[in-house]
Amino acid sequence: MSVFHFELRDLPPEAEAFRDEVRAFLRETMGTRAPVRRARSWGGFDPEFSKRLGARGWIGLTWPKRYGGQERSFLERYVLLEELLAAGAPAGAHWVAERQSGPLLLRFGTEAQRERFLPAIVRGESYFAIGMSEPDSGSDLASIRTRAMRKDGGYVVNGTKVWTSNAHRSQHAIALFRTAVVPDKKHEGLSQFLVDLRSPGVTIRPIIDLAGSHHFNEVVFQDVFVPEDMRVGGEGDGWKQVTTELAFERSGPERYLSSIALILALIDHVGADPDPRAAEVVGRLATQLMTLRQMSLSVAGMLQAGQNPNLEAAVVKDVGTTFEQSVPEVVHALMDLEPTIDSGSDLQQTLGYLVQRAPSFSLRGGTREVLRGIIARGLGLR
Amino acid sequence: MSDLGRLLSDTVTRLFNDLVTKELIESAEKGVWPDKLWRALEEGGLTLPLVSESSGGAGGVWADAHTVVRAAGKHAAPLPLAETIVAGWLLGQAGLDVPLGPLTIAPGHRDERLRLERAGSGWRLHGTAARVPWGAAVGHVVVVAEGEGATPTAGGGTMVALVARGAAAVTADRNLALEPRDTLAFDGAPAEAAAPARLAADAVALYGAMVRSAQMAGALESLLEQSVRYATERKQFGRPIGNFQAIQHNLALLAGHVAAAGIAAEQAFVAADRGEPRLPVAAAKVRAGEAAGLGAGIAHQVHGAIGFTYEHSLHFATRRLWSWRAEFGSESQWAQALGRTVAARGAERLWPDLTAR
Repeated sequence: MSVFHFELRDLPPEAEAFRDEVRAFLRETMGTRAPVRRARSWGGFDPEFSKRLGARGWIGLTWPKRYGGQERSFLERYVLLEELLAAGAPAGAHWVAERQSGPLLLRFGTEAQRERFLPAIVRGESYFAIGMSEPDSGSDLASIRTRAMRKDGGYVVNGTKVWTSNAHRSQHAIALFRTAVVPDKKHEGLSQFLVDLRSPGVTIRPIIDLAGSHHFNEVVFQDVFVPEDMRVGGEGDGWKQVTTELAFERSGPERYLSSIALILALIDHVGADPDPRAAEVVGRLATQLMTLRQMSLSVAGMLQAGQNPNLEAAVVKDVGTTFEQSVPEVVHALMDLEPTIDSGSDLQQTLGYLVQRAPSFSLRGGTREVLRGIIARGLGLR
Repeated sequence: MSDLGRLLSDTVTRLFNDLVTKELIESAEKGVWPDKLWRALEEGGLTLPLVSESSGGAGGVWADAHTVVRAAGKHAAPLPLAETIVAGWLLGQAGLDVPLGPLTIAPGHRDERLRLERAGSGWRLHGTAARVPWGAAVGHVVVVAEGEGATPTAGGGTMVALVARGAAAVTADRNLALEPRDTLAFDGAPAEAAAPARLAADAVALYGAMVRSAQMAGALESLLEQSVRYATERKQFGRPIGNFQAIQHNLALLAGHVAAAGIAAEQAFVAADRGEPRLPVAAAKVRAGEAAGLGAGIAHQVHGAIGFTYEHSLHFATRRLWSWRAEFGSESQWAQALGRTVAARGAERLWPDLTAR
């Protein structure tokens, strides 16, 4: 077995210089936004913000210039992301397109697909949803049943996807469908497709979350025609592509910063001279932030160096989401404070929002149990 | 890692693998000084990684020393290697020569103060330091003390002094891992050397906490390795217990804590090279301490009853973790210090401070 290795990384000077630019932009665009709004972070869907970011050239920062990108380093993108998240910027509209769909097209898409889709993503105008989970397929993703059957220069799709965030306000989805049924080999016969969500036969129904918000959807495909040139990668290569996609999104700063608005509100609330208990809580929270940032940065450095830190990324996500999920609990334990929706202090409202949001932190993008299974395999136990 | 760091790491790992046996640790727990191990470390240039080459050291930086200290923790090397490394550095900060032989440092508690008073052309040390690591076993004690008439500096007007261990009255004690933790009373003990230094009054607690965090990170690695090995070897219900998801998930959780403690400790050493270690050291001691409690719990649970025996070697790591997390300041003390600093600077400074280089 091997103990996972996290090497300390310094950011290069150009990334630090870029940080100042991003901060100036955020000061200007975010103003005095209330903590509870900042807490929404990449849950906030704001096309105007995405377009402003796009106008700065900050969507698809690392992508080739021929598609509108800037060809800057992964570490500069890392700085951009952590600054957006620390400020609670509403990065949700372009989030999936920039983070997953675009990179997927760059790795596995055709030239025509890249030319058609990437420039609009870069401008902050084109938003994507992800069609993976189904009513009977969550953590066991390879068990999906939505079928794409070959027909006349394309495929006809039938089935249902769930938990499809922002499908109701995105133009496209990248979805995983079953193109072949291979007995006893559920990981085979899967393929990824670019689907126009306005296609005939697509029905999008809201799934309201426990706090009454609409971001999830159920997306039903009824005889939906998807042209052959909208398949991403090879037929049957879907599983390999999807696991690559999921691995790349595990270790980013969004995996430990989801509760930073609550931490900041807490520090404001306890004031400059806190009692020993409050000081200890703030110190422990700061400790986790410092440590997780180094871990996350370490994985970013490995990605930039072309290494394959899949296991380290799973560790960051497990430790990071456990931390961000714990923050509302820590605040509850410290003080006599009721979480609120419409009234109360900034701290109460931020707590009210995040305590209801926190259960999702260890579910989205792969549950804690799936991650620990991946880590256990890395330890040689599976 | 630098070439020197890699060389030190390879050398120390080889040496510990050869010499730090179960029998050696057990005999040290009975009070036998591991002389052969000490001499091998000294001859290998591993006791003074930060001292310049012209003065007999390795001429490295804290980031290089980190690998040595971490390895000492991982192997439960029963001697004051971390303390000697800090002591050598403290002497260097005051421009003083470093003697051969094992050294320790005092005072390790934030609130303890030692005082140097002039006596003719020299200095005499006054005060008591409790639970000094290997206090009775070393040749010399290096102290950070308040000096009579010393000019206050940015660091606090402190002095560093070298005192022969024999000049102190010793009351022997030990920690849970049966490592000596002795009280040294200095009642006008003559200093062999003393000089002013730009060090904070609690510099020993600060750098002591830093090395303990790296030792804990090393001991945690040992817990993880031992636990994974045991889970693959031990069979119950007809298969290795590591096949059970409950065990797998606990070990995955342990792996996360081991990784977090490791990077927090390394970050503190790198910050020490930049001259601003206080907040990273606080974070490292807190993070390693949190991991210590949880990690020891998981490791023992995985090992079952055999891990609870003296015969098994798991306790060499867990008993050290239980003591080390409290030495040179507990998690709660360091978390409060860090929290007070963060709160005083205010919420709007938190992120810029976290990302400052």
